[in-house]
Amino acid sequence: MTPELLEQGAQRVEARMAALAAQAGNTESGGRSAGFGRLKLDDEVDVTHGRILYLESVNVSFDGFKAINNLSLDIAPGELRCIIGPNGAGKTTMMDIITGKTRPDSGTVYFGSTINLLRYNEPQIAQLGIGRKFQKPTVFEQLTVFENLELALKTNKGVKPSLFFKLDSTQRDRLAEILHTIHLADSVTRQAGNLSHGQKQWLEIGMLLMQDPKLLLLDEPVAGMTDEETERTAELFLSLKGKHSLMVVEHDMSFINTISDIVTVLCDGSVLAQGTLAQVQADERVIEVYLGR
Amino acid sequence: MSAANMIQLPEKAPLLGRAAWSAWLAALIVLCALVPVLNLLIPADSVFHMSDFAVALVAKIMCFAICALAMDLIWGFTGILSLGHGLFFALGGYAMGMYLMRQIGLDGNYKSALPDFMVFLDWKELPWHWLLSDSFVATLILVVAAPGVVALVFGYFAFRSRIKGVYFSIITQAMTFAAMLLFFRNETGFGGNNGFTDFKRILDIPIATPSMRMTLFVLTALTLLLFFLLARWLVTSKFGRVLQAIRDAESRVMFSGYSPLGYKLTIWVISAMMCGVAGALYVPQVGIINPSEMSPANSIEIAIWAAVGGRATLIGPIVGAFLVNGAKSWLTVTYPEFWLYFLGALFIGVTLYLPDGVVGLVKKLKGDKA
Repeated sequence: MTPELLEQGAQRVEARMAALAAQAGNTESGGRSAGFGRLKLDDEVDVTHGRILYLESVNVSFDGFKAINNLSLDIAPGELRCIIGPNGAGKTTMMDIITGKTRPDSGTVYFGSTINLLRYNEPQIAQLGIGRKFQKPTVFEQLTVFENLELALKTNKGVKPSLFFKLDSTQRDRLAEILHTIHLADSVTRQAGNLSHGQKQWLEIGMLLMQDPKLLLLDEPVAGMTDEETERTAELFLSLKGKHSLMVVEHDMSFINTISDIVTVLCDGSVLAQGTLAQVQADERVIEVYLGR
Repeated sequence: MSAANMIQLPEKAPLLGRAAWSAWLAALIVLCALVPVLNLLIPADSVFHMSDFAVALVAKIMCFAICALAMDLIWGFTGILSLGHGLFFALGGYAMGMYLMRQIGLDGNYKSALPDFMVFLDWKELPWHWLLSDSFVATLILVVAAPGVVALVFGYFAFRSRIKGVYFSIITQAMTFAAMLLFFRNETGFGGNNGFTDFKRILDIPIATPSMRMTLFVLTALTLLLFFLLARWLVTSKFGRVLQAIRDAESRVMFSGYSPLGYKLTIWVISAMMCGVAGALYVPQVGIINPSEMSPANSIEIAIWAAVGGRATLIGPIVGAFLVNGAKSWLTVTYPEFWLYFLGALFIGVTLYLPDGVVGLVKKLKGDKA
């Protein structure tokens, strides 16, 4: 081995180290190493591979109708992903699968790298850290705004702890903070059934936040909201991005334009196109399914 | 100070308000002190004397009121309409009835150590399911355990299969009907269609004396008042709010991380046990228990009491039990043929015009005045 070759080798190593150093922190896993030889903790979602949600080759059919057809999709931690698609594209069914309401006929659904969601039921999946907002705002109408949020609070949700439950001061602060975030601070003791449609949407979003989920699935969150409320919702979602992962199904294109990085277009139960809103709007196939020929 | 800290969060609601505590204490004094004095100490010819008939009637209605309260927990608060609560009432009653049958000892018509109906059937020894009936303590346990276990097993399978609404109601109705047919059979060993009667003693004390009657009356009153507090504690806790949440939007409850099964099962079993206690208090006071207590109509009546008084109010069903049964005891004496028509009309009327029952009506009238 000649001195030149030794010299060249040393240079290559230096260049490699420099490249690695430049890259650190920029990877999708936040610069952490891949999952070799770490302990798996029960309450931790393993996102070291840079994905918080994987769906792979998922199929569901109802009475012969293929609602979800070989669907594969993944979401990075902290990402805000918008899902669009014509009616019957399988958007709500996809959320049903992720949250345990519908069992797929085949395919895999993972939360982080280690949690197989198909093994859990709805309450367990909610406890793992996936929150869901329904298309139709669903709050507890006979209870007050305060009680709605208190029920959603992340805590032990067994029967016995509920019998003896008392809010502590940290939890009270958290509740007050969320009330403030969802602009319902003036309506603490109002019955949820008496709220306006937009306020119910906000309350439901507030209930999701009380659960402190890692992944939020939001089905048409701004439907029925005024322009001002929609704008505030966009601000809220943008502030949640990074801390939480969000999957938003919406039809309101200007809202999507405000909040989206990557948009996924679903059609007939599988992914048709994916990219920025401008990219997918320019896509021939997308135009076709939305406008028809 | 940040804006978030300025928000006034409500404090945990007290068990009862000041006025409610006063009313509760007043009821306690009237039922446990005034009634005994009026019945036992005031001479029978005085206008202030309370007749034995009135005492027996109020005692009976208080037992029914406990059932109505239990029904309110499961129907009013959790939204699960049971049309089979008569079964739990009867199971508690039968557990107590077995003990009372054993207390007859050798004083029965056949002067045998076995209850009369067993001698009549030519049985030579006590069947296995009567073995615990000699012990009063075991009987007290059975009074809550028998309806509790039946409710637990039935409820587990029904709630796990996510049976809801009218389907659940129909199945509970079928359950109590099936149990009635079972208890009608002599081979089941519960006295067939005659059931148990002709009780003589409880805890070796003669059962038909005025003081024993009054003791049972006071016990029933205390049970009702304490069960009211228990129910109030349950519904003011977060547990109670989860129940109401299940009633209003069960899917949201699940996606909030609660498993409804445990909650439904807990309140269902508690409700059944309360009915069992009511049945056990009822039997020594009316002196008879037979399978007709499990007839579907009886269970439906419990639901009517709760609906008439006002669901999800706790006090409403108690009021409803007194109103409906008071009307029943008056009507069945004066116009016996009209009672069933009246009951039917009452149910339709309340459903159409008083969805919140009598208590809801009073609240509304008060609200209009203010």
